Amino acid sequence: MSFISNLIGGLSLGSIYALIALGYTMVYGIAKMLNFAHGDIIMVGAFTIFTAASSLGGNPFVAILCGLVTCVILGVLTEKIAYKPLRGSSPLAVLITAIGVSYFLQSVALLIFGSTQRPFPKLFSLSPIRIGKDLVIKGESIVTLGVTLVIMAGIMLLINKTKIGKAMLAVSEDKGAAQLMGVNVNRTISITFAIGSALAAVAGLFYGLTYNFIGPYTGSMPGIKAFVAAVFGGIGSIPGAMIGGILLGVIENLSKGYISTELSDGIVFAVLILVLLIKPTGLLGKKIAEKV
Amino acid sequence: MKKAICMLLVCALLSLCLVGCGNDGNSDYTLVIGGIGPTTGVAATYGTAVKNGAQLAVNEINAAGGINGMQIKYLFEDDQHNPETAVNAYNTLMDKGMQILMGTVTSKPCIAVAEVAREDNIFQITPSGSAVDCIKYDNAFRICFNDPDQGTASAQYIKQQNLAQKIAIIYDKSDVYSTGITEKFEAKAGELGLNIVAKEAFTSSSATDFSAQLQNIKNADADLVFLPIYYEAAAYILTQSKSAGLETKFFGCDGLDGVIDQLGEQNAAAAEGVMLLTPFVATAEDAKTKKFSQDYKAAYGEMPNQFAADAYDAIYTIKAACEKANVKGDMSVSDICNALKAAMLQIEIDGLTGKMTWSANGEPNKEPKAMKIVNGIYEAM
Repeated sequence: MSFISNLIGGLSLGSIYALIALGYTMVYGIAKMLNFAHGDIIMVGAFTIFTAASSLGGNPFVAILCGLVTCVILGVLTEKIAYKPLRGSSPLAVLITAIGVSYFLQSVALLIFGSTQRPFPKLFSLSPIRIGKDLVIKGESIVTLGVTLVIMAGIMLLINKTKIGKAMLAVSEDKGAAQLMGVNVNRTISITFAIGSALAAVAGLFYGLTYNFIGPYTGSMPGIKAFVAAVFGGIGSIPGAMIGGILLGVIENLSKGYISTELSDGIVFAVLILVLLIKPTGLLGKKIAEKV
Repeated sequence: MKKAICMLLVCALLSLCLVGCGNDGNSDYTLVIGGIGPTTGVAATYGTAVKNGAQLAVNEINAAGGINGMQIKYLFEDDQHNPETAVNAYNTLMDKGMQILMGTVTSKPCIAVAEVAREDNIFQITPSGSAVDCIKYDNAFRICFNDPDQGTASAQYIKQQNLAQKIAIIYDKSDVYSTGITEKFEAKAGELGLNIVAKEAFTSSSATDFSAQLQNIKNADADLVFLPIYYEAAAYILTQSKSAGLETKFFGCDGLDGVIDQLGEQNAAAAEGVMLLTPFVATAEDAKTKKFSQDYKAAYGEMPNQFAADAYDAIYTIKAACEKANVKGDMSVSDICNALKAAMLQIEIDGLTGKMTWSANGEPNKEPKAMKIVNGIYEAM
């Protein structure tokens, strides 16, 4: 019974990782850059929802909409201001810039909201589901899992079935060739960032609902874990991010429950190394032959 | 011409000297007391409370004529609960002429600062740095209980009040405060025949999700969870234990102070019945506490916590020791320290946090008290 409980705890943790990893992997898959500020956009989303809910009369949908819009604008703006000027330079420069953006966002949040953790508003009251005497499944976990699945399916449809999706795939394969074929590369990358950031806002919402407290550093640790999850599942692969996130959460929670709480992160990373040794592109990553 | 200017300058210097000599006594000097603590960062509640509590005491003392005729100049620097920042803050204060150090507020930074403070031989009194090593050198004293004492006292209290038979512990393995209390608690609990059925750890990087730990505690069928941790992590544990259907009592130490504010109105139910060892309750009825709470509320708009009280007591302790040692403004930092070290062993303070005397190791001698959260406020047990 306790095994199932730990498994459920892992699923709940994993679904948050998966939701964040989706944004990571999508931006990486198309813009070919690691947006390390993704975790902090989650934090911005959570704080926007927090502020909107407490100042705009507490209508949850208005608050969530505010969070989505703010994150989308922020994501597109960061891309335009911080990443676009470096598009031609080495990937390392963009990576460092992304880390810079991450610290910038944390510091701004620290300035505005201070360091104390804030209680996140209970926008929906989701009652836990009890099975038998001992098994409790949090309502938030089920909703997070469901939403993550729906979003995953939505992104896959968008990429594979729509015109903008085709443009994204083209940009992902070769920016120069895509431009020559009449694809608006700038617009496509902007849209990618917009969607990625909207996903971050959703992740912020569910993080807040699950853990009840948010702070300026809320996004950083889950952001790193989600990045690991994305690599685990094969970075660039949408279902890979989902599977990677869930597996990561389950492995983490089971090692906390049965091996050692202090070692759990170490075990997670050991599993990552093992996977990468056996399958260097991650669980679902595709090996793309470089043509010279 | 040049000569004339030179002469004039010399004359001016001489006359300045004479003025200085002619006016002896302490009223020319100020006593610079420096404070260090986190006013931003994860432990900001503590640092802000200490800063404000000490300021209140300084204002009172200055209004009443100061210490030995000297006005206190009180400077405070933020350390963000970070050892490196704390050492920088210490250096900044030394540059500004600090003579006595009241701080730091939290254990880890305090240990780092203790090292440099010893080199300068400056008198240090920490209101709330409770790790043993905070005052391992003889220039340092403290107002609060140390960690082992809190652990020992908690176990004793649980046994005396017969609060539980089967105890679980959740502690922060990456934090010296938490591990210090846990060790002593375990030792004392073993001695008293209390049964520790689960001991669950977390680290500062994994302090948000406690489902695995709570599940293990549930499996162990504990009836009390001991939380020797700070209030931020405790807030996660308390809310998550509610949703995990864990129905145990919770007992913590001074780090839990602040958990009511942290949980906020919407999670207030999670704090109900939580017990903690704390030397000070703002709602107590004695005249001293009443006046302090009123003044504090008037000045800062909120009720003081025990950290504010510790800091208030620390400033009055410095005053009493300075008066006992007859500290003069022209004494060097090191001389002041040597004089105060001897005086600390002779004074007795009847402060907000209890009647205190000090031993040569810097530890205060006072009685532990415990509180319980009932309807969102602390109530004496």
